[in-house]
Amino acid sequence: MSQLPAFTLRVPENTESDGQEPSPDNEGALHSSFCELIEEQSSLVAGAIEMELQERSREPSALLPPLDPMATAGLEPKQGEQHPGYATTLRILANMPSHTIGRSRGAIISQYYNRTARLRRRSSRPSLQQLSHTARPSLRQYDLESDPTNATLADKQSLLAKELLSLPPAQRSQVLLEVPLSLEEKRSLRRQLSQRRSTPGLRVHSSEPTSPCAWCQDCIVLGCRTLWYRFLALIHAAQPWHYALKQISGRFGSSVLSYFLFLKTLLLFNIISFLLLLVFVVALQAAYPPAVASPRPFTGLELLTGAGSFTHSLLYYGYYSNTTLNDPSASSPSGSTSPSRATQLPYNMPLAYMFTIGANFFATCILLMYSMYHSFLKSYRVGSSTGVLAIKIFSAWDFKVVQRHSVKLQSENICTQLKELLAEQRLRSCPLSLPQRLRHITVLLLAWLLALGTVLGCVVAVYYFSELMHMVQQKQGAAAGSVWLQEGVLLALPFVVSLLNTLMPHFYNLLAAWEKQDSPEAEVYVAICRNLLLKMVVLGLLCYQWLSRRLVCSAKECWETCVGQDLYRFVVMDFIFTLLDTGFGELLWRLILEKKLKSKRRPEFDIAQNVLELIYGQTLTWLGVLFAPLLPAVQVVKLLLLFYIKKTSLMQNCQSPSKPWQASHMSTVFITLLFFPSFLGAAIFVSYTIWWEKPSETCGPFRGLQTIYQTPKVWVELLEESNPNIAWFGWIPQYLVENTVFLFFLTGMVLAVIYFNIQVLRGQRQIICLLEEQIANEGEDKKFLIQRIHCIYDDKVHCA
Amino acid sequence: MGNKQTIFTPEQLDAYQDCTFFTRKEILRLFYRYRDLAPQLVPLDYTSRPDVALPYELIGSMPELKDNPFRQRIAEVFSESGDGNMTLDDFLDMFSVLSEMAPRDLKAYYAFKIYDFNNDDYICKSDLEKTVNKLTRNELTPEEVSLACEKVIYEADLDNDGKLSLEDFQHMIIRAPDFL
Repeated sequence: MSQLPAFTLRVPENTESDGQEPSPDNEGALHSSFCELIEEQSSLVAGAIEMELQERSREPSALLPPLDPMATAGLEPKQGEQHPGYATTLRILANMPSHTIGRSRGAIISQYYNRTARLRRRSSRPSLQQLSHTARPSLRQYDLESDPTNATLADKQSLLAKELLSLPPAQRSQVLLEVPLSLEEKRSLRRQLSQRRSTPGLRVHSSEPTSPCAWCQDCIVLGCRTLWYRFLALIHAAQPWHYALKQISGRFGSSVLSYFLFLKTLLLFNIISFLLLLVFVVALQAAYPPAVASPRPFTGLELLTGAGSFTHSLLYYGYYSNTTLNDPSASSPSGSTSPSRATQLPYNMPLAYMFTIGANFFATCILLMYSMYHSFLKSYRVGSSTGVLAIKIFSAWDFKVVQRHSVKLQSENICTQLKELLAEQRLRSCPLSLPQRLRHITVLLLAWLLALGTVLGCVVAVYYFSELMHMVQQKQGAAAGSVWLQEGVLLALPFVVSLLNTLMPHFYNLLAAWEKQDSPEAEVYVAICRNLLLKMVVLGLLCYQWLSRRLVCSAKECWETCVGQDLYRFVVMDFIFTLLDTGFGELLWRLILEKKLKSKRRPEFDIAQNVLELIYGQTLTWLGVLFAPLLPAVQVVKLLLLFYIKKTSLMQNCQSPSKPWQASHMSTVFITLLFFPSFLGAAIFVSYTIWWEKPSETCGPFRGLQTIYQTPKVWVELLEESNPNIAWFGWIPQYLVENTVFLFFLTGMVLAVIYFNIQVLRGQRQIICLLEEQIANEGEDKKFLIQRIHCIYDDKVHCA
Repeated sequence: MGNKQTIFTPEQLDAYQDCTFFTRKEILRLFYRYRDLAPQLVPLDYTSRPDVALPYELIGSMPELKDNPFRQRIAEVFSESGDGNMTLDDFLDMFSVLSEMAPRDLKAYYAFKIYDFNNDDYICKSDLEKTVNKLTRNELTPEEVSLACEKVIYEADLDNDGKLSLEDFQHMIIRAPDFL
């Protein structure tokens, strides 16, 4: 700050009281806007009487709260005893620049005027002396009136309109939408803007040159915006399940809604995968079906086992041909069944298959990262995590809930949460004794050991069960049993795995009830951790078995189709067990509670478990896309059915959740879980299969090759043979993808970007701490000034 | 999309579209909701800008607001006259701010005004006590309410004046991802 004049108070000669506390003359520079203001007010203090204090009806609470532990020593007016100059001090405080923001319209307009000016200039804050009068109207608000006269208001409005005009149109419309004025004022502002725009003479004052280009640009942008509005309107009309979701959120709140939104997201992913695969792989193969042995008749069992008549169908890998379809030069193996077509476009099926799968994963990856980014933006905030109680009071109310009974329940929930928080804070002030803490830690350790032990036990059980099934199958293969029994045996392993996946979460719930964690959020995290661990470890074992093919699909020639069938069975079994779980867990439990136990309580919708089931099902689909290209379609059907079944069960059987649930935070966690173990694991599995596994000799689009990955190389060689000019194309995979230096470079770049972001975050946190300190210091300054004013007033009163 | 509606002039509709977060269809739908509250009071022709304000009792009977404990404050904050009687502009403004498309800062500003029961531009302890009582339907004991309010002021008051100003409130709400 530049040099400011020494501050002299108009006080009488005897200023002994100054000796007791530091006088303002010794302090550093004061804020210059306070100078004039305090001079003005101290001259008014002598003649001021109570001004409209009764109208304001403030509580006679202490200005500095007696319970504030940060209160420094000073003149603290006791409760009930008011300082005579109190009312005036309050008026001064109320009219301080920072506190008039948000009160009067003039203040809002001024504030927004400043903001837009800053937006336009984007320069550092200019020093106070250099500012012209019109640039900082907020400093001019020295009047004691709370509402400025109409003339000043109109002036301020026209100032704001002028500033807005010099902004680019996109920002202008954004500011117009976000300024917290009433709709009428916004409309009048908008009218002013359009008036000014149409009369270009007035724009001479603005710094932007008036050129036909700028005007054209404006028109184009405005036209685009209207088109965008129309497009948005269409999209909103086309939202599926809009009313159903509103019903659910109206009765159960945003926590349960987040599950259904997650289901909608998964549905979107699967529909995109399905469309990609349909257009590029399935439809074309369906148009040119390969010659196949006489298919078995359709029995109902195929829907469950995926074998039988489904084996040699579009559903599985084995059906797809490894030649170029509709190749005009070669004698097509499918020539006998293909209808005579006018088009002669050859279509390289193996290449298409591989690239479509790759594009599918790539698109899913991009979409997932985008969802994660969006979700993260909404839920993560840089800064400390204090202020739990305040945040709870102001953000706990879920405004989506509209039904009376649910509203009453929500009130009870908030009541319980507040009581718990207060009790917890009281507890924190008196922590547990040592033996209690030890006991608590041992209980936690035991619970975790038990959980890990059960995971290990389940894995071992699945392993031995699959060995058993393998032996049974071999015996059955030797002895020709009925088709039904043979196929039924195939269902045993998925049955057992799904059973474990359904029963273990309930066991973990019991464990959590015994454990009694500190906070409900910790409970949810621990439950998610344990269930996810179980599911992923079991899936890991199954993947290993599929790849090694020692126990599963060992005898089959076309192992990819076999693995695809296995995955299909897992998906179907998972669906059946979800239905059973909904039926028993919710419907039956409600009936028992109502009829037998005669309690009013109903079962609750366990959000974490249901979301983890969805993630598990989606992982299976991603694992199986390579081996069964129509698996996303199966998943789409499954998700559609699941939506309606879950919604019906929810409406009939469940009650509103009683545990606190941070909806946006948990949505981010779920999307991250979908990406990190689920999608990445599936991507690694598929990459491994493409890079290292030898495809089977007799079926599928990659028969005869060493690995699936060789397909593009073969194609590039073919290209080079046919046309030597494009030999450079072959260099791309060789130097980019296989070259380890390039991959290291890429990884290095990604790591550098992550490191940079971490440093930026760290810097932001530091700045936030500094700014908070600064605000606290300003508060101290204010207190000091108030005390000085009171001193002056007392002196004057004593002198007079 | 040329619908031949005669309720608003095209300029009026454009103005509404620019100043709220709604599309044409949504604005018309909201108009019909407004009109359904009192068909005999609200004319079908707004081109002449009639001065019609529906009383608070009708607004408060809407299903979205009926069971909301803050419905009176919401109506008071958004009504021009401050007593809860809303014109169509106030009505549209209210739904625009409460919709999902409104940015957080705007919502935080209006939330502050809603929680400020005595309209003194600060959320003081009495305002907080009223808020907590409305949230919990008077189920907490007065000591607990008092303790909760003191803790809130302690946590959120940055400049230590014993009350929450708009800046304190906004600073705290920025850190709350679930604020709707």
